[in-house]
Amino acid sequence: MGVADHQAPGKSTGRAGASQSRAQVSHQLRGWLQHHRLSAAQSLLKVLERPAASMLTWLVIGIALALPVGFSVALDNVDRLGAGWDSPAQMSIFLTKDVDAQRAAAMTASLQQHDQIDSVNFVSREAALSEFAALSGFADVIESLQENPLPDVMLVTPRRDLASEAVAALRDELAALEDVDEVVVDMAWLQRLQSLLELSRRAVLMIGAMLVLGVILILGNTIRLAIEGRRDEIVVVKLVGGSNAFVRRPFLYTGLWYGVGGGLCAGLLVAAALWFVDEPVASLAALYKSNFSVVGPGVMGVLNLVILGGLLGLAGAWLAVTRHLSKIEPR
Amino acid sequence: MISFERVSKRYEEGHDALREVSFTIEKDELVFLTGHSGAGKSTLLRLIMLMDRPTRGQVTVDETGLHSVSRRGIPHHRRKIGVVFQNHQLLYDRSVFDNVALPLIIAGYDHREVGRRVRAALDKVGLLARERAMPVTLSGGEQQRVGIARAVVGKPKILLADEPTGNLDPDLSAEIMRLFEDFRQVGVTVLIASHDLVLISRLHHRIMTLQEGRLIAGGGA
Ligand SMILES: Nc1ncnc2c1ncn2[C@@H]1O[C@H](COP(=O)(O)OP(=O)(O)O)[C@@H](O)[C@H]1O
Ligand SMILES: [Mg+2]
Repeated sequence: MGVADHQAPGKSTGRAGASQSRAQVSHQLRGWLQHHRLSAAQSLLKVLERPAASMLTWLVIGIALALPVGFSVALDNVDRLGAGWDSPAQMSIFLTKDVDAQRAAAMTASLQQHDQIDSVNFVSREAALSEFAALSGFADVIESLQENPLPDVMLVTPRRDLASEAVAALRDELAALEDVDEVVVDMAWLQRLQSLLELSRRAVLMIGAMLVLGVILILGNTIRLAIEGRRDEIVVVKLVGGSNAFVRRPFLYTGLWYGVGGGLCAGLLVAAALWFVDEPVASLAALYKSNFSVVGPGVMGVLNLVILGGLLGLAGAWLAVTRHLSKIEPR
Repeated sequence: MISFERVSKRYEEGHDALREVSFTIEKDELVFLTGHSGAGKSTLLRLIMLMDRPTRGQVTVDETGLHSVSRRGIPHHRRKIGVVFQNHQLLYDRSVFDNVALPLIIAGYDHREVGRRVRAALDKVGLLARERAMPVTLSGGEQQRVGIARAVVGKPKILLADEPTGNLDPDLSAEIMRLFEDFRQVGVTVLIASHDLVLISRLHHRIMTLQEGRLIAGGGA
């Protein structure tokens, strides 16, 4: 070796010191970047070297991430379905008993002109009674009644674009009309659906948080095993002056690759599940004369999953590395 | 370059591995450290490497009191020192070249510079032709020379060796010792722990002798 020009690296003296040390810094920076590239590539190779074991890790992480994401995609779709239904809140206007057919018809006509109302469907008390008799099977009982107990009803569909306050205002306006006994808005089921969705969302969030924790622990354990397997190397690296950051780096990259692979796996699983239910949903929608179709996480969603996986991988690796590296002599 | 001032080391089990050891080694000196097995030779080297801290006393290396080196400062400290171990401590999953390159990669050298320096170091120990070989395919003596190349590739100020000839026959041992003498020639401070008194007494360098943790000869400069 060139033993004659013996000099320790990182030391510079004299007038040329400043520019020399600047050169040193850029040189060190390049070396540092090269080590990052090297660690990233070598860690990836190590992960790919054992495809079966790595695939298993990816799948475990993939499933753990796919479950909450899949549920929340499903909830989003139910939400969209509900949103399609919520604007035409049906209103039932019950008329007072003393209204005759003529006045009811006039009222129907005038309501049809109302600019906040989409359609009005008049059901006379006689029609209502015979329909009830037919559907309920109590025809005999009903025939024996001396008087029809049912009122005339108008089924009013407000315009689709009405906000819920406007619907409430419309209800008050209609209730104040002459001959109107009571107005009932059929929105309770929708509110129930909404609160059910909210509840499910929180449940998914909770399950998701637990699974994310699980992913970090799984990755931490995988990295712990990798650390055990490379114990000799770590000892030697520390003995020849490797900093903790240097020792940590390849393991952090290993965690990153496991996490990224897991995120990709999760994205593929969610996409596969959606593809699997897409056709039955489409035919179900066709039955209800709806053009509803399932919306998936999309490219951005999958990308987010990959990023999330990568971050979790880093977190797990960091956890394992800080816990286990300090136990390896020499410190 | 290296000085110990009334250094004692007591391991947690209560065993005194070093007792009140004091000595000074100047720059470009070559010093042998000898004594029976268990006398404390490895412990003394471990203190210089900061693989351990003394229980009492003061170790100074390259004008730095080691008590003032924090944990974060340890890697920088170790880069000033090349170490050779009896059992080589090579990494068997990579080539000779990659083993020798390790300290330079750690110190953040550019890869062209790494290549140049690694080949120079391998040339010096006579293994340039084997740079692509895996360590297991080398003989014991060759593996030890790879270890030496790795120790000197970063051009350290200090070279420490713990029983570097422990497993080698006398001819190979003498050859290894000559390598160390070459490094001393170019200004490296060399400290070699060895219990092979026959070999080292032939070489006419200062010999420090440890006995049950006490320095009984060779301490006074
Ligand atoms: N890590 C340790 N913990 C406890 N005792 C130790 C440790 N390392 C060495 N010793 C003890 O310290 C004494 C000196 O050991 P060492 O420095 O290895 O001697 P040498 O290298 O001269 O054979 C021995 O009695 C050994 O048993
Ligand atoms: Mg020893």
